[in-house]
Amino acid sequence: MKLWLPFAASAGALLTIASFVGAGWDAPPVASEQIGFRGTGMVHHRDIESEAALRQANVVPQAPWQADPAGDKAGTLYQNVQVLGDLSDDQFNQFMASITEWVAPETGCNYCHNPENMASDEIYQKVVARRMIQMTQAINVDWKPHVAETGVTCYTCHRGKHIPAAIWSASLEPKPAGNMTQNRQGQNVVADYAGKSSLPQNALMDYLLGDQPIRVHSTTALPTGTNHAGTKETEHTWALMMHMSESLGVNCVTCHNSRAFNDWDQSPPQRVTAWHGIKMARYLNTNYMEGLTPVFPANRKGPEGDVLKIGCATCHNGVQKPLYGVSMLKDYVAAMTVKGSTEVPDFTTYVPGKTQVLGGPPPTQ
Amino acid sequence: MALLSFERKYRVRGGTLIGGDLFDFWVGPFYVGFFGVTTAFFAALGTALILYGAAIGPTWNIWQISIAPPDLSYGLALAPLKQGGLWQIITVCALGAFISWALREVEICRKLGIGYHVPFAFSFAIFAYATLVVFRPLLLGAWGNGFPYGIFSHLDWVSNVGYQYLHFHYNPAHMIAVSFFFTTTFALSLHGGLILSAANPGAALDEPGQQAEVKTPEYEDTFFRDIIGYSIGTLGIHRLGLILALNAGFWSAVCIIISGPFWNKGWPQWWSWWLELPIWR
Repeated sequence: MKLWLPFAASAGALLTIASFVGAGWDAPPVASEQIGFRGTGMVHHRDIESEAALRQANVVPQAPWQADPAGDKAGTLYQNVQVLGDLSDDQFNQFMASITEWVAPETGCNYCHNPENMASDEIYQKVVARRMIQMTQAINVDWKPHVAETGVTCYTCHRGKHIPAAIWSASLEPKPAGNMTQNRQGQNVVADYAGKSSLPQNALMDYLLGDQPIRVHSTTALPTGTNHAGTKETEHTWALMMHMSESLGVNCVTCHNSRAFNDWDQSPPQRVTAWHGIKMARYLNTNYMEGLTPVFPANRKGPEGDVLKIGCATCHNGVQKPLYGVSMLKDYVAAMTVKGSTEVPDFTTYVPGKTQVLGGPPPTQ
Repeated sequence: MALLSFERKYRVRGGTLIGGDLFDFWVGPFYVGFFGVTTAFFAALGTALILYGAAIGPTWNIWQISIAPPDLSYGLALAPLKQGGLWQIITVCALGAFISWALREVEICRKLGIGYHVPFAFSFAIFAYATLVVFRPLLLGAWGNGFPYGIFSHLDWVSNVGYQYLHFHYNPAHMIAVSFFFTTTFALSLHGGLILSAANPGAALDEPGQQAEVKTPEYEDTFFRDIIGYSIGTLGIHRLGLILALNAGFWSAVCIIISGPFWNKGWPQWWSWWLELPIWR
């Protein structure tokens, strides 16, 4: 009996139906944006409905109140204020109210603070929050080539969640079986951080933590022996580019004319901003996130035990300009646009539940 | 080209679709017909406009001449001649010439009393072209989504349009089309090789110094039966070749018409439905 025929036909029909029903096709019309000269194919088509949904999901929250910059400084009023000491009392409380809404709207103040002793560093989230405030200040002061005057706040990434939705960590699952199969160069599995492609799954480690060379493009038509990048290196770069495209909801031609990916003269200016963005993400991961590794408990780390890290999506959340380019900084000038103390405590000495003060000047009382 | 004596038998009156006997004549080897006239008209006008476009363009470098479609901002309206209007008229001329050519083939088929397989096959090429410069731009709402007419520029367009979807090799219809293109060339090379092998048998085994006899289709069939257990046959191979080739063109048109109008994210993300099948979700 030729039973394989009806079985194969049914399986094919089921898969075809699944690909029609399950793929989330979009029907015309679409919203099109022309990026380059007419006829170059440098166009971005967007789904009108999902674009509208993205706009609704990316609205900045209003500040709880306008803070009064006058009055005594928080550093003199409260104990163990290491970074925000120069804020006025009102600014300090307004910022604390805001950060609660941004990061822990349900758990409230106690997510970071011991209600018996608000100054204590015994809850690890407070130590992390302090370092993250330092980081946000550094972004707004030192990384204007990427964030411009729009800047970022805790909300840009956190969006009301303890952990920003779009973070990444070392991606090695599923592990190879061993022997001859042990090295698949991170390929041929679903790469969560490379747009669900089968490109190298762990490429962000190379570029947003390490500083492997991203440029694989030969600059001459014929080989000169100077470019040693092959298909493997190119696919690693491609994986990073997939991450960037997915993170910003853009496509390759947003930053590149694909007839010469390498050529800055033919590239849209957004590529410059993106270049600074790669540098920034790498800087933040190596200087801020990695150092916090001893503070985080195991359930706040990735499956490989490394600290959760910052990628492009962490801020962008699928939008080319995070929160559609609306700046929140004007309500948090003192807290977010100037650097407080940049001192880094020794995080390896931190003992959760015990350490009362980590870093900073010794308590005055 | 001289008319061979036996060809007169096949040059018969009638079979025209339009124009009756008016254009029912030959010029040298070429049948004219009403559609021969329209083909010549559209081809000449289109070529002249391309030359005009090159003349007002920045270069006479044959590789770099490009007649670009209008900006997307013109939508489905007519654009000024120098801002894409030329492209629009040339597109009309191209379609006029291609369709006229197909209908001229139909008239010749009618004269000869043969099937319409050749114009039917050619219509797939026209369909693929019309998909690129008419159907897809209509669905996307702007003629500017057509491809530019230039040797390098249309390749750049293909590249950039592919990268609009991050990784075009994940486009399922592109996968099917590419598979058909490869299979078409594979089938053609097997067929060509087989026919040539039967027609060129080489030296005879039993008579040194003599050419072996040219072999019949039975030998060709036996070759494939021996090697894969099945021969599709002398007529069948041509049906197969036509089906493979038409599918290649058809799925090419499908792969580009779904890119943009019906899918505007990266093609790798399209496969989420596969990852989310209830079997292993």
